[in-house]
Amino acid sequence: MRRREQGPEEGSAVSVLELRGVSKTYGREPAQVHALAEVDLSVRAGEMVAVMGPSGSGKSTLLTIAGSLEDPTSGEVLVCGVALAGMPPAVRARLRRRVIGYVFQDFNLLPGLTAAENVALPLELDGVPVPRARAAGLAALEALGVVGRAGQFPDQLSGGEQQRVAIARAVVGGRRLLLADEPSGALDTVNAGEVMRLLHEACQRGVAAVVVTHDARLAAWADRIVLLRDGRLTGQTTRPPGPESLLLPGDIR
Amino acid sequence: MSVPHVLLALLSEGPKYGLQLREEFEAGTGEVWPLNVGQVYKTLGRLERDGLAESDGTGREGPQKRFRVTPRGAQTLAGWLRTPPDLTSPPRDELVMKVLVAARVPGTDVHEVIESHRLYLLELMQQWTRLQDGEARDDLSLALVVDAELFRLDAVVRWLDAADVRLAQAAAAGPPRPAAAPVQVPQLRRLRARR
Repeated sequence: MRRREQGPEEGSAVSVLELRGVSKTYGREPAQVHALAEVDLSVRAGEMVAVMGPSGSGKSTLLTIAGSLEDPTSGEVLVCGVALAGMPPAVRARLRRRVIGYVFQDFNLLPGLTAAENVALPLELDGVPVPRARAAGLAALEALGVVGRAGQFPDQLSGGEQQRVAIARAVVGGRRLLLADEPSGALDTVNAGEVMRLLHEACQRGVAAVVVTHDARLAAWADRIVLLRDGRLTGQTTRPPGPESLLLPGDIR
Repeated sequence: MSVPHVLLALLSEGPKYGLQLREEFEAGTGEVWPLNVGQVYKTLGRLERDGLAESDGTGREGPQKRFRVTPRGAQTLAGWLRTPPDLTSPPRDELVMKVLVAARVPGTDVHEVIESHRLYLLELMQQWTRLQDGEARDDLSLALVVDAELFRLDAVVRWLDAADVRLAQAAAAGPPRPAAAPVQVPQLRRLRARR
């Protein structure tokens, strides 16, 4: 039988994202709201983690804290091994631009820019020379299978194409951490699954992703699903056996 | 399951041998439902007896025999395709029973019971999704079967989510646990009576 090889998960000692005992409270006693309570979560390069939970469970708070858009009340956030606490605002902003990519529910493409320009924009804003930014943008569109639509404006693209462009924009320039909030938006089942497949593929190329969703069918694309309830992680899936176990005769029904 | 009708469907494409039918049955259902060859011949025998299929008439038994669908068989198939399956009465679902019972057993945290089932179902969904991302990408039948399975499991997860919320709301609103029990018993009886 095949020897167990050392996968990327064992090779990379440093997590791309690590939350250590992260809590977040809003307001003051007695009306205090505990959005997150003592959350520990570590996401490795190449891993896609889905965060599931009911409304108000803290999913979005977790994402904004992971994206350094908000600070935790207590606990530590490390991105690529570096603690965000005490980081000067300019350094933090640069980290956000260079390391972290976001995918939003409603895609958030700029209507006045072509697909290629949308994807290159984050690099250009970061001071990358325009020709280099454009080349990186086209490479990202190529990886997502929409390079043929590079010159089109968002309103000339289908919903599925728009989300591919949005994913390309989130990973462009070798970003390491992808944060997605209900990334398949209002797409139909098949296209929503396609978005998840593309995110999973991006992870297989080495990106780490945290995807927030309330939809189990979408979460099932992740390598690991963690459940959030009232701000606490209440459980997570263990690595499930391969799909071949489903096809053994007699295993079904 | 509807083996006879699936065989009629395969025969409506043209005359076929028993072994061929078995292979095509398994391929056509994404190889998720295995079918043994004995079952194929038994079913073909019944179809022939009922005048829904006919064989070459060479008199030879076994694998050399070729079958084709009769006009009556084609009619039966067309009728079956349009007949809705029986979904009227709720099935006696084991998981539903477990959650209803867990809500009543003293010292049992029903939310913890729900959580463990939810995790198991999600892992199962992850496996089916891997299949969707792998083999099913070049196998339309399998992709359709996997979709159906994912929707089914998703419905169960959603029911668990809803149960979680309802039970929490009930616990927050009403008097402590025992009071919830009498409400559920007549409900169970009513369901049973309808079957």
